Amino acid sequence: MPVTMPAPDAGLVSRRDEIVAGLRAIVPGEGVIASEPEMRPYESDGLTAYRQLPMVVVLPSTTDQAAQVLRYCHERGIKVVPRGAGTSLSGGALPLADGVLLGMAKFNRILDIDFDNRAVVAQPGVTNLGITEAVEHAGFYYAPDPSSQIACTIGGNVAENSGGVHCLKYGMTANNLLGLEMVLISGDIIRLGGKHLDSDGYDLLGLMTGSEGLLGVITEITVRILKRPQTARAVLIGFASSEAAGDCVAKIIGAGIIPGGMEMMDGPAIRATEEFVHAGYPLDVEALLIVELDGPQAEVDHLLERVSAIAQGCGAANLRVSNSEQERLTFWAGRKAAFPAVGRISPDYYCMDGTIPRGKLPLVLARMREMSASYGLRVANVFHAGDGNLHPLILYDANTPGELERAEAFGADILKLCVEVGGVLTGEHGVGVEKRDLMPEMFNEIDLAQQQRVKCAFDDQGLLNPGKVFPTLHRCAELGRMHVRGGRLPFPDIPRF
Amino acid sequence: MVDRFTPRDQKDVAAAVEWALAGGKTLEIVGGGSKREIGRAAQWDLTLDLSGLSGVTLYEPEELVLSAKAGTPLAEIEELVASRDQELAFEPMDYGPVLGRSMGRGTLGGALATNLSGPRRIKAGAARDHFLGVSAVSGRAEVFKSGGRVVKNVTGYDLCKLLAGSWGTLAAMTEVTIKVLPRAPAEESLLVLGLDDRNAVAAMAAAVGSSSDVSGAAHLPANIAARMLGAAAAGSAITAFRLEGVPPSIAQRKAMLERLLEPDGVMLTIGEAGSRALWQAVRDATAFAATDGAGRPLWRVSTAPTLGPQVAAEIAAEVEADLFYDWAGGLIWIALPPLEDAGAALVRGAVRSAGGHATLVRAPASVRAAIDVFEPQPEALAALTRRVKESFDPKRILGPGRMYAGV
Ligand SMILES: Cc1cc2nc3c(=O)[nH]c(=O)nc-3n(C[C@H](O)[C@H](O)[C@H](O)COP(=O)(O)OP(=O)(O)OC[C@H]3O[C@@H](n4cnc5c(N)ncnc54)[C@H](O)[C@@H]3O)c2cc1C
Repeated sequence: MPVTMPAPDAGLVSRRDEIVAGLRAIVPGEGVIASEPEMRPYESDGLTAYRQLPMVVVLPSTTDQAAQVLRYCHERGIKVVPRGAGTSLSGGALPLADGVLLGMAKFNRILDIDFDNRAVVAQPGVTNLGITEAVEHAGFYYAPDPSSQIACTIGGNVAENSGGVHCLKYGMTANNLLGLEMVLISGDIIRLGGKHLDSDGYDLLGLMTGSEGLLGVITEITVRILKRPQTARAVLIGFASSEAAGDCVAKIIGAGIIPGGMEMMDGPAIRATEEFVHAGYPLDVEALLIVELDGPQAEVDHLLERVSAIAQGCGAANLRVSNSEQERLTFWAGRKAAFPAVGRISPDYYCMDGTIPRGKLPLVLARMREMSASYGLRVANVFHAGDGNLHPLILYDANTPGELERAEAFGADILKLCVEVGGVLTGEHGVGVEKRDLMPEMFNEIDLAQQQRVKCAFDDQGLLNPGKVFPTLHRCAELGRMHVRGGRLPFPDIPRF
Repeated sequence: MVDRFTPRDQKDVAAAVEWALAGGKTLEIVGGGSKREIGRAAQWDLTLDLSGLSGVTLYEPEELVLSAKAGTPLAEIEELVASRDQELAFEPMDYGPVLGRSMGRGTLGGALATNLSGPRRIKAGAARDHFLGVSAVSGRAEVFKSGGRVVKNVTGYDLCKLLAGSWGTLAAMTEVTIKVLPRAPAEESLLVLGLDDRNAVAAMAAAVGSSSDVSGAAHLPANIAARMLGAAAAGSAITAFRLEGVPPSIAQRKAMLERLLEPDGVMLTIGEAGSRALWQAVRDATAFAATDGAGRPLWRVSTAPTLGPQVAAEIAAEVEADLFYDWAGGLIWIALPPLEDAGAALVRGAVRSAGGHATLVRAPASVRAAIDVFEPQPEALAALTRRVKESFDPKRILGPGRMYAGV
């Protein structure tokens, strides 16, 4: 069932001209976009099934401008949707018809590179890859590497707590973030952390990470950079079944090895990518693992031997170790192109993002095959195997009436299954609009009310990115009410002395 | 007068909070009570003792997860995961020595609530980075949960991060899930002798900025080195680097470090046992154990690593300060003479100019009642902190005033 957004406020929409003029007084020139054709590129993000033109697009270029825009909107009850590069796969940056779309694209400078403190200070519109590119001449890199890294912004990464193929060993965005500056909807500017470790007071830095643009607009970011490992080598291992591959993953981790990356693809994904990039993947297997070991040469060689032995023990059908940097990159080229490769064999695909306890993989894959048959839609699986993060790609054709709805229903069933086996709705893509109405699968009303009370502490009128993450919107006053029962101890038998 | 609740389960905890809420009573949440003297010295009506909520409820080494009731002793958990060659990678420090208590009294809930870490913080993060899921009772006496039991999850706000380091002021955690990781099969440490603070911090920056993957970098000035290592320190300052991993890797990285640090002077290596003892002493700041120096005021300062020596020099220019550095210079433990404000004006001034924060870990209650123990916050942030507090605990019954007055 398609997700519905909050009904636009007709009063605000009718005052559009006045609002546009008010915003132009704050952000001059081309920083305010109000014509329909020019707003078109902003009507959706990576979740293209959802589209909506905003009331107006504003592109501030300084923190001060962003603060003034937010204060202006707060005073007038105007909703604001922050946007980075618009690559969100969960509809996090979907505009509102009566809202300002606040694009952070002009915040595109790197402000400070500090190798001695292993920190980079950047504006939020810098791309994820842009950070690595700024430091790689000195042998450094920024570890979280979402597949969208050439396009997605570091601000969007913080808002989504994005991961990548290396996050089992090196952590998600949250674990690599040192500080930020943000503007609340009230216009208050807040700085958290810096080049030092741990925040003083409550860990608002941690809370902001993955808050999907609902708590504050991020205007500056400090991240930790790392020195590149001396070597990296990958091994490509084919298995006759995904059970055997899953077993191998468990045994590698059980042996105390945390690889730099450990990815799995199922038969349909292997065949689609091999046809597309010719990475040399075996076509006669049902599951393929790419295990990358990184570190000093001696360590990599040692661990590769152990991983190979474990894989043989799990009945690997074939095994190839990369013998050059070129070969390692070729191994990855297939995996990295998995989404577009699937895009070639189907008019449309819908990417899911649940996480499961890894041990449940065979069960989940078997149930997914049944669902695929009953929905009449094909599915290809790529999988961050080390941390249990599944990316089933559901193949459909939006031009066939009813297929999008079927794909969405299939996707929802997969995510419910993830929760049922002890997993979660999203491992790295966020809830957004896409999984909003599934939140009750994981959380009860009290859980969700507590999260929304935290939202109220940042945004008392619910103006920042409403309609995302929470299935029902409650007023802060309503959430704050408390019913205190009697003055008696309701359980008089609690031991006490 | 009832002055201590010892609930057996989450229902009891909720009932106790509900009772306190109705009667307008305040509660101090304790696990093992191992860190009770940290924080502002405020008065609370009752103690909510969670040590009765104990026991590991799930441990799946291959999934890298462990769940336990919040009052489970940390020592029990560390022993259990060690039996499967795993560890809590955040290396939680034990405040026992500096607070003059026996070691091993901490609970898992307490480690998370105070966001503990250790020397490996520079590589593996703090407790907050390994905190996956929680079930807790808020100051509204409501049971809520956040997070999950898988290592990768972005479903909803990460309230675990908020509870980590909230010192019992937002909610009473009853059950928690953490990430556990394989323990390195071997370790060794490389020591460089005789560096002054600035050169030591430069050497540490070079080391952590190299691909030698050190999991600890600390600098002990001569007086502290003597206290921690005795005769082995030979009267010199010691800059220590820890290497953990499989033996062939350690050997190669050690060679890499030796080449990198060669111009810095005399080096020596210590093996497994000595290395473990050294880093435990660094972790627990045993050089400033309460028995030594009769509990002088003790500060814990976090700053940008390269600015560590500047902060230290600013303080040492004014009073006699004993200090050492962890986290490649970014964490400074500073013991000061018994000044009236425990040296707050001086320490805070130095930290303000460098950026970072300072916590007064040890001082007499009278001092902790009079001054800020945690870093004071600018007004907009302080107001946000109050609102976050109220979103969990609107009547301010959970440890009010422990972190900040009025929070
Ligand atoms: C082909 C493809 C591959 C992908 N691969 C991965 C992957 O491997 N791993 C992964 O984790 N994700 C992946 N993604 C998802 C996406 O790229 C990430 O979520 C990314 O972090 C979004 O960044 P963005 O700049 O595009 O943000 P947007 O899509 O513009 O916005 C995302 C959310 O962040 C908020 N936001 C953006 N900027 C700010 C700011 N400055 N302040 C406050 N809120 C802000 C928005 O309101 C929105 O809720 C992929 C996407 C695509 C299209």
